[in-house]
Amino acid sequence: MAVAGREPFEQVVRRHGPTVLRVCRAVVGPDVAEDAWSETFLSALRAYPDLPAGSNVEAWLVTIAHRKALDQVRAAGRRATPTDKLPDRIGADDPERHTDLWSALGELPDKQRQSVAYHHLVGLPYEEVAVLLGGTAAAARRAAADGIKTLRRTYLPAGPDDRTDPR
Amino acid sequence: MSTTDLFAAAHRDDHETMARLQTRLAEEADQDGVLDVAYRLLDSPVGTLLLAATERGLVRVAFAVQDHDAALEQLAARISPRVLLAPARLDLAARELDDYFARRRTAFDLPLDLRLASGFRRSVLEHLREIGYGTTASYKALAATAGNPGAVRAVGTACATNPLPLVIPCHRVVRSDGQIGNYAGGTEAKHALLALESRA
Repeated sequence: MAVAGREPFEQVVRRHGPTVLRVCRAVVGPDVAEDAWSETFLSALRAYPDLPAGSNVEAWLVTIAHRKALDQVRAAGRRATPTDKLPDRIGADDPERHTDLWSALGELPDKQRQSVAYHHLVGLPYEEVAVLLGGTAAAARRAAADGIKTLRRTYLPAGPDDRTDPR
Repeated sequence: MSTTDLFAAAHRDDHETMARLQTRLAEEADQDGVLDVAYRLLDSPVGTLLLAATERGLVRVAFAVQDHDAALEQLAARISPRVLLAPARLDLAARELDDYFARRRTAFDLPLDLRLASGFRRSVLEHLREIGYGTTASYKALAATAGNPGAVRAVGTACATNPLPLVIPCHRVVRSDGQIGNYAGGTEAKHALLALESRA
């Protein structure tokens, strides 16, 4: 049967739910990620019938998730961790390097963390990351590169069992 | 370390969390009045059934041979794209269908939403509901009851497009020449249902 219009929202949840969960974990941290995810999809469900045909559904969801994340961060108050001093505190062979990706991401400055999440975890081009964060694509690219540089120093993925590819 | 390796942990599948989040979304959507169409699947002796309900009542029953994905797309297009897997709203319908297949129930007592049928087809559906468990009527007789004795083919179409098979018993309509006639769920399913009801 030829049916015009939008696919059932259930398909949207299945296709994009895991990506949005990654974004929420990266941006607001694993503890409140599920609340942020739920608010994102409830809000998306509400607006879904009015979404213009041909829209990029994933970018739309990430935009909503970004706004919900800002709400969460505001509600939780300022994050306490100053990040500028990390390089001095944690050396390349420091046994206290993070083995958990989310806590390593959590210590990045907001712009870096968001740029890394939206570009590397979602795959949005820097032009779209810039639209979300304000500023230019070049600035988003720089923020993501700085974030990655810090992560390489502060994050050590846990045991070989947890790695998907050999290094 | 490549960035792919760096983010390997983020890409591990987490089906448990996704399942929990989907359940929570369905509950919150229902509470907020934005769950326009809830659906679930139900195993039955005539194959897996798709059951869907609006806030008004059961709106669709679809056999596997009718293509569940197509049925969901039709619901999204004709009613609302706010469609979610949300079994809770279908609990009563599932229980009554289970009872029917177990021969513990001969009639359904469920709120129905007939919005997917209109005009003559809808009036045929209303008359279909009067054909009792274990009995049959011919397409011709049904056309006469529906007020249009010449509309035998239209009655056939109304049965074929019945949005609520089983609950609205189009399987009880057979040809006047004694043949069983077509069925949305396939003739094998129609045979099985008539046999189930005749064992009473």
